[in-house]
Parts: sequence; C-alpha cells; structure tokens
Amino acid sequence: MTPSPSPADQPRLELVGITKRFPGVLANDQVSFTVRPGEIHALLGENGAGKSTLVKMIYGIQQPDAGEIRWNGARMVIPSPKAARKLGIGMVFQHFSLFEAMTVLENIALGMDASIPARDLEQKILSVMDQYGLKLEPHRIVSTLSVGERQRIEIVRALLLNPNLLIMDEPTSVLTPQEVEQLFVVLRKLASEGCSILYISHKLHEIKALCDTATILRGGKLVATCNPAAETSRSMAEMMIGGSLKDIQRGAGREMGAAKLVVHDLCVPKDGPFGTALKGINFSVRAGEIFGIAGVAGNGQNALLLALSGEVTAQSDAVQVDGAKIGATSAKARRLGGMASVPEERNGHAAVPEFTLSENAVLTARDRLGMVSNGMINFGSAKTYAGEVIRAFSVKATGPGAFAESLSGGNLQKFIMGREIMQKPQVLVVSQPTWGVDAGAAGAIHQALVDLAATGSAIVVISQDLDELLSLCDTLAVINEGHLSPPMPVAGANIEEIGLLMGGVHGDPTADVHVSKEVADAY
Amino acid sequence: MSLDFIIAAIITVVGLTTPILLAGLGELVVEKAGVLNLGVEGMMLIGAISGFGVTVMTFNPWLGVLGAAAGGALSALLFGVLVLSLNSNQVATGLALSIFGTGLSSLIGLSFVGRIAAPFGSIFPASLAKHPILQVFFGYSPLVYFALIMVPLVAWFLKSTRAGLILRAVGENDHSAHSIGYNVIGVRYAAIAFGGAMAGIGGAYFSMVITPMWAEKMTAGRGWIALALVVFAGWRTGRLLAGAYFFGILMALELYAKASGFSFLPSQFWAAMPYLMTVVALTFISSRGNVGASAPACLGKPFLP
Repeated sequence: MTPSPSPADQPRLELVGITKRFPGVLANDQVSFTVRPGEIHALLGENGAGKSTLVKMIYGIQQPDAGEIRWNGARMVIPSPKAARKLGIGMVFQHFSLFEAMTVLENIALGMDASIPARDLEQKILSVMDQYGLKLEPHRIVSTLSVGERQRIEIVRALLLNPNLLIMDEPTSVLTPQEVEQLFVVLRKLASEGCSILYISHKLHEIKALCDTATILRGGKLVATCNPAAETSRSMAEMMIGGSLKDIQRGAGREMGAAKLVVHDLCVPKDGPFGTALKGINFSVRAGEIFGIAGVAGNGQNALLLALSGEVTAQSDAVQVDGAKIGATSAKARRLGGMASVPEERNGHAAVPEFTLSENAVLTARDRLGMVSNGMINFGSAKTYAGEVIRAFSVKATGPGAFAESLSGGNLQKFIMGREIMQKPQVLVVSQPTWGVDAGAAGAIHQALVDLAATGSAIVVISQDLDELLSLCDTLAVINEGHLSPPMPVAGANIEEIGLLMGGVHGDPTADVHVSKEVADAY
Repeated sequence: MSLDFIIAAIITVVGLTTPILLAGLGELVVEKAGVLNLGVEGMMLIGAISGFGVTVMTFNPWLGVLGAAAGGALSALLFGVLVLSLNSNQVATGLALSIFGTGLSSLIGLSFVGRIAAPFGSIFPASLAKHPILQVFFGYSPLVYFALIMVPLVAWFLKSTRAGLILRAVGENDHSAHSIGYNVIGVRYAAIAFGGAMAGIGGAYFSMVITPMWAEKMTAGRGWIALALVVFAGWRTGRLLAGAYFFGILMALELYAKASGFSFLPSQFWAAMPYLMTVVALTFISSRGNVGASAPACLGKPFLP
C-alpha cells in the first residue's frame, strides 16, 4: 500500500483555479486540487464533466486559459507532451496511440524522446516488464495482440520514462477481471515507489478499491473531494450526476416463455486480415429473457451482430425465430419478421449523421410501420413516428427535422434504441447500448430494454462492459476468439470464471488466474 | 544463343530497369509516409527535361543530375502544397501532376529539340568498361550504380534509423504519430520531395543516358510501371529490386518482340505483363492476409489534426 506522507510533504502536482473555455462551453471552471507523492488519486465524472480536458492540460496537449499548474511546488507552463514527459509525467490514453503494423519494440521506441539503440531498448523493456510482472513479446506485430496486451505496451512505454506522475485514462474498460487484478498490482507497486497516479474512471467500485482520494467533477466544476473508502458507490455516483440515482425497475414475478431466438452452429468466416471468424455459436433466448454476451473487444462481437442482423448471411438454420429458419435471409426480411438490431457504431451504421431524425426513422421502420407505399416515402408518418420516439425516450432534439449529427452521443443512442424498441420487435439484438453515454441516458436505455423484455420479447445485449451485463441480464455467455461459452445464469455468476472465459491475462499463460475479492467486488 | 547476345540482353535489361528502380524507390518512401503520389510520370518528364537542359547549358552531366533531382523535387513539392497544406484529393492531384508534367516538359523542351547533351564519362577505366565480357559489370552509366546503391540505403533508412521509423509511423497511423508529438506534415513533405528527386533522376536516365537527346513524352509510360512496381513489391525494398528486374526483363521481351519477332507472343502481351503481374501480386498479398506486405494504413488519406 501507499506510504502515508506526512502533512509537511510537498504536493507533487497542484492545480490552482484551472479554467478552460471552448467556444460555447466552459470545460473547466476554477478547478483546484493537489496530488501527493505516492498517492493514487481518482478523477471522477460523467462524460463531458471535463476530466479529459483537465488531464490534457496537465500532459501539455492543451493550455489553460486561467489558473496555474505547480509541479513540486514550482509554477510550470507545460507547452507540449514532450515537456510533460521531461518533467516525469506519463500518460496512458484510453484510445491507444499505437501503430498496428509495427512491432511492440518499434511502438515503444516511437514513444521515447531520445534515440536509444534497439538492443539497449529491448533490454530496458525486458527489465521493466520483469520488475512489474507485465508480459509482452517485443517482436510481435501489434495488430496480432489483444486489447489488454496493447494497454501493457502503453504502460511499459510510460514506465520507461521513470514517471513521477502517471495519468491513466479509463484504463480498465477493456480488460478482463484478471487483467484488472494485474493492473492494480502494478499501480500499487508504482505508488509504493513514490509515483503519483491520477486515475480517471467512472467505475466507482474500482475507485473504492484502489484510490486514496477522489476528486469529483460535474459540468466542469469540482463538486467534491472525498475519501472513496469512506463513501459508498451510490453516494459517489450521486455526487457525480448531481441527483439521485435510479435503479432499474423490474416487474415482479417475471416468467420466461419458450425459446424465441435459437442460434444453432453459426459459423461465419473472418472478414479481412484483422477480423475474427465465428466458430459454431450455439445459444437460445427465451421470450422475456435478456441474454448478455460478454467479451473483450475484437473477439467476434462484430461478426455476431452482423450475422444476427442479416447484414451477413449464414446457413438457413443457423438463426431461428419462433422456429422459422431465417439464417440465410436479408436484413429487410428479418426486420419484417420481427427481429430488430442496433449495431455498436452510432454514426454511419445505426444512423446516417447527415439525415434528419425522420429520415433515419424511415431507414429501419419503413416496412413494419408502412412508411413506404408504391415506392414513395410517406414523410407524414415518418415524422409522426420520429416525434413519438423523441417524446417517449426524452431525446433532447429540436424535433423530427433535426439532423442526427446535431445530437449528442447519448441522445442519438436514445433515439436509435427508441426507434427499434417502439417497433415492438419480437427479438432485439443490441451491441454496446450505452457506449459513451452518460449515466442518466444509460439508465433510461437499460429501463427501456427491461420493459421490452417484460412484454415477452427476447433480447440479446453484446457489451464489453461487464458491470452493465451483470446488472441488466438474466443469462450471460462469454465470447472469446469466435467461440461462445456455455450460458450461465447471472445470479451467482463467478467473476473469476467469467474472467478466465474472457481469456484471463492475454498473452501470458503463466499469469495468476486468481481474482481477489477486492476486484471481484468491484463488479 | 551466343555470349554476345546474352551480354547485349543483360545490358538492355539493366538499362530498362534503372529508371523504374529509381522512381520506384522514391515512390516507396512517399507511400511509406502515407502519401499516394500518382504523378510519377510527370515528375520523371520534368526531371528528364531539367536534367537535359542543365547538361546542355553547363556541359556537365553531374550538374544535370542535380538539375533533374531539383526539377523532380520542385514539381513534387507543388503536389505537396496541394495535398498536405490545402488537403486536396491525392489521387486527383497526382493525376493532374502527371498531365501537368507532360505538358510543362514539352513546353520547356521546345527550345532544346535537336540539341545533344554531353555524355557521362565512364567511372571505370576503359579496359574494364569496354571489355567484351567485363562490360556486363563495369560498362554502365554512373546512374545505374547510383540506383543500386540506393536500394540498401533506403532499406537501411526505413528499417534501422529513427527517422525511418518515424516516417513509417506517420504512414501507419498519422493521428497517433501526431499525439506522440511528431510533425506529420513535415515528414510527409520531406518524403514527397525525396520521391520527386528520385523520379526526376529516373527520368533523366532517358534524356541523358539512353538517348542523349530530348523528345516529348520520352519516358513512355514508365512512371506508371514504377507505381505498379511499388504495389507489386508489397512496399518492401528487397522485393522492389527483384520486381524492378523482373519488370525490366518483361520490357526487354516487349522490345525484342517488336524488333525481331524473337518472342512467340505479340509485343502488346509483354507490354501488359507488368500490370497483369501487379494484379496477381495484389491478389496474392490480400488472400494471404500478410500484414507486412500490405499498404501503409494511412496511404492516400489526408491528415486533418
């Protein structure tokens, strides 16, 4: 654990009245806090609360409009990431800045400011990996690595600079529970050696387990600083959203019906060099059931969604709805048959950004709701329907004539989910329903899915967010390298087992498979 | 087949290969940085006339080579300003550069028609360079040796130097390179200028070595073959050298077929072969899913930070 520094210790990083303005938005408003040496400090807030802007200023990517940054007590201007690295500030980005077609070694060399001969660098990398128990093969091409291994590259890259402050941006959203366990061990070791860590996350249990202090931002303002160990996850969540948190309301005594969606030995070849093939997927979803598919990104989730939506066809009996074999039919035929889907990518796949909401409604609802007759679009009914969706799902938009691209991510997602759910599909398949969506909108989307299931529809939720699946689903299966595990009931699910099904610690067969109670409780 | 014929054939193949090898090496570096410059034919022609013009005026072929490199690089930088600073479409701009280069070289060339450029002296003593057998090794223009030296140099630069690593990074993922702190646009300008200089020298091989005279469109479409060569080689230097000689042999067969009916197939067949082989190579590369032999991920995409 971290050594507890005496109050006389000088803060490593001190922010005083940091303010950053973008056209139309005050991203940070008079934010002040301090980080001590060896402290693991959480930065907590919803999407758009100003966390990213704040760390970008600390890492020199952006400059504050007002206020000052003090580093070891001295006032600093950090003009560039290079200057930040020189001070000893390292950062691991949420969206990795890696080069797919290059080796691990080359990727790490690119992140170093000085030119180091390849052989020396390899030695240094091996010793850092050894020291912190991070396993990587220096000569592997990055495109062949899992997300967890990619994060290890970023971490090793940051550690090679001997940082005094390490910024981690949403580090665990793509990891298996075993990889989270390993990450926590590394971060604690770093902290015990005196490195400060600024840990950005919205996973409250994790922050409770790992962090010494939490600074909570809302709407660009600092709303609270607390000791996470002394708070409950609920109390921190309420500080974060500035209101009371709504639980998912489930109707009492829900009964599951007969199997509605049956997927039988679904095989799809991989598309392109970086794709994943589906290898004999089997599962069935009963009427009224919410079936979750967990897994680390890139293990066949995309192929599965496309095969279920009808964008990719397979053998006829691979997909069956109420006994009808629809595996070889088109997406349009499946929609008519009562099977709707929402892909992961909002812009360009689920919705056309340059189209209005009415036009986007026509795209998937035209056949079931009769918006097209004799080849002509009935815009009256499209507009009415889009208006109904906007009202029922409290979408913040100027009306059915608003362009999809003018909506925020969360609002567009609510509209897309509403567009499908209000067609009352018999089967709904959704991928990443709350990716990049704030807690309020996520809650509304979860509630709508539960309500749809209560009417007797079968729902499949594909998500990388294990928290979401555990709170939403009745049954869970894990997809890994194109294979689907046998389903298990969510009630009483074992985190360690789920983590192993997700692949354990990728690229390190010798890693410890145990998940401590602390990490298990964080789900 | 007599020994004389074999020696003559080898000398022909080397002569045909050298310009596409030079231009192909330049284009390889440009494409590795993520830029697709389809203007190779135009840059070669501008290089051909500027090299020829400088040689005629200074009586010094070495200055002529510098002139060719400068002409090629300048026309490439024009392309660079358009696609890097003004974000115009790379394909359209590259095609325009080819047309522009053809026209501009013809215009400048008008005042040089009928003039003869001073030839390169041999860099080896006449006993070697004119020797009936040893001329296979020593009897070429200095530009041939220059091209052959550039192959390992470019390979070494791309693989082993930090600058080469950064150049490949820029072509692989421009946004990541930018976020780490590299100057994407600057690297691409440098690559484009190098590609232009190499294409210019490749063009000068026609006007200064093959025939020391100027004729309109004298590169005869070899710029397009150089472009195909880069794809054929799977963006790898070693394969680029092998591919250049393979294409050189195909072009030689085309010449022999035209001249003497030596070959059993019509010359048009051999003329089409480099392009056909490129399609075959591309299909092969994509069917194997070979990451190392595929195009840089950002090839042809504008960088908008």
